[in-house]
Amino acid sequence: MTKLLPILGLFISFNVFAELRATGDLAVVIEREHSSALIFNTSQHKQLAKIEQLGDLSHASVVFSRDQRYAYVFGRDGGLSKIDMLQDKLVKRIVQAGNSIGGAISQDGKLIAVSNYTPGGVKVFSSDTLELVADIPADAGDGKLSKVIGLVDIPGQRFAFSLFDADQIWILDLKNPKKPDITKFKDIGKQPYDALTSSDGRYYIAGLFGDSGLAMLDLWHPELGIKRILPDYVKDDEKLPVYKMPHLEGWADTGDYLLAPAIGKHEVLVIDKRNWQLVKAIPVAGQPVFVMGRPDGRQAWVNFAFPDNNQLQIIDIKDLSLQKTLTPGKAVLHMEFAPRGEEVWVAIRDDNQVVVYDTDTLQEITRMPAQTPNGIFFSSRAHRIGL
Amino acid sequence: MLFTSCAFANDPPSDRQEELRNLLKHDCGACHGLTLKGGLGPALLPENLQGKPDDFLVSTVLDGRKGTAMPSWRPFMNADEALWLIGVLRNPK
Repeated sequence: MTKLLPILGLFISFNVFAELRATGDLAVVIEREHSSALIFNTSQHKQLAKIEQLGDLSHASVVFSRDQRYAYVFGRDGGLSKIDMLQDKLVKRIVQAGNSIGGAISQDGKLIAVSNYTPGGVKVFSSDTLELVADIPADAGDGKLSKVIGLVDIPGQRFAFSLFDADQIWILDLKNPKKPDITKFKDIGKQPYDALTSSDGRYYIAGLFGDSGLAMLDLWHPELGIKRILPDYVKDDEKLPVYKMPHLEGWADTGDYLLAPAIGKHEVLVIDKRNWQLVKAIPVAGQPVFVMGRPDGRQAWVNFAFPDNNQLQIIDIKDLSLQKTLTPGKAVLHMEFAPRGEEVWVAIRDDNQVVVYDTDTLQEITRMPAQTPNGIFFSSRAHRIGL
Repeated sequence: MLFTSCAFANDPPSDRQEELRNLLKHDCGACHGLTLKGGLGPALLPENLQGKPDDFLVSTVLDGRKGTAMPSWRPFMNADEALWLIGVLRNPK
């Protein structure tokens, strides 16, 4: 009995400090005006913590370490913050540029890359220490630095990104981080505004603001160069005004189809990945911002730019038609599916809420408070290419 | 003093001012940044607007700028409201 007592004591004191926590079902919700991030348990719909003083999060995105313990938050002001989701604390925060748009984590999880507007380029950091590993200015050859957008991780310890002001796509190979190798594709089309990689990491596709269609690179055949998809889709003179640039990262990659927001047209484009032809243009409520596929590929959920940003539309992939229009609240900014898709979480900025829907019944499950939420990121992203 | 009062004669009513400020923060902010330090669009801080006349800025807001991502905001505000917003940008509180 006397031998047991010290062990018992150890258990009790451990419990006093913290409950055991797993991090595979957590979410980070960004509060854009409060410079803070909320940590949620997504299985219990429960807020666990609030991490503050993360700088300007008016545009923000998050990636996760492969062990799902750490969240890396990319802020508008060039801030890169590393949050420990086991201990609810900010581990380290650096300000690595003047103006940033997003970031990505490498295939092996050891590198964090950030895409910057000012100074235009990509900086790469150690995910462990946030020390600078590589600095890649986006100098297109004329001495001017371009804004960098559409930065994603791709297989082979590489990153792909696009140069908004220089109409280029670059592939950055960091197998040897001390000797970064860059492959440049030029004249890809005017003003690439965002890009994505297909869920298998094979295709890198950039949306073009200043040109018709999309620029596509087959990473299995880089020697073929850039192919323009839907080159004749929207002519310049018939473009509707765009009050918010679409985000391509969440493109619905469902079976043979890729669903993408049209730009300057109130349509969702269905593209056949086997021949890159347009299958159908589905009319929707406004300029689509996110077109996100449910993980099983059966639905795509669409939100919209101002002034139609109070709506959400759901497309049934089975017959490529609109299934339902929801009006969850004022300023629907972002959505995120549960890893297997039974729920979707929706950020409603002006109502200060995160709304959870059952994706089968399309009924609301719950509403949770969050101040001006603009992004929801589930830790399950840790194990997906290109997010 | 006379000039000052004239400049403010066409100010929108206070509830409309609130709406316009919200539009500026969130919708202009989508490209120009919540703190207006710039993003895909240029910075709109007082020093960035210096030397640019009001009528040039009003027409940029109302009609957009061809060849750039700046759209026309005419469906959502009139010239007086655009001018008032530019005053807010020039003299932020």
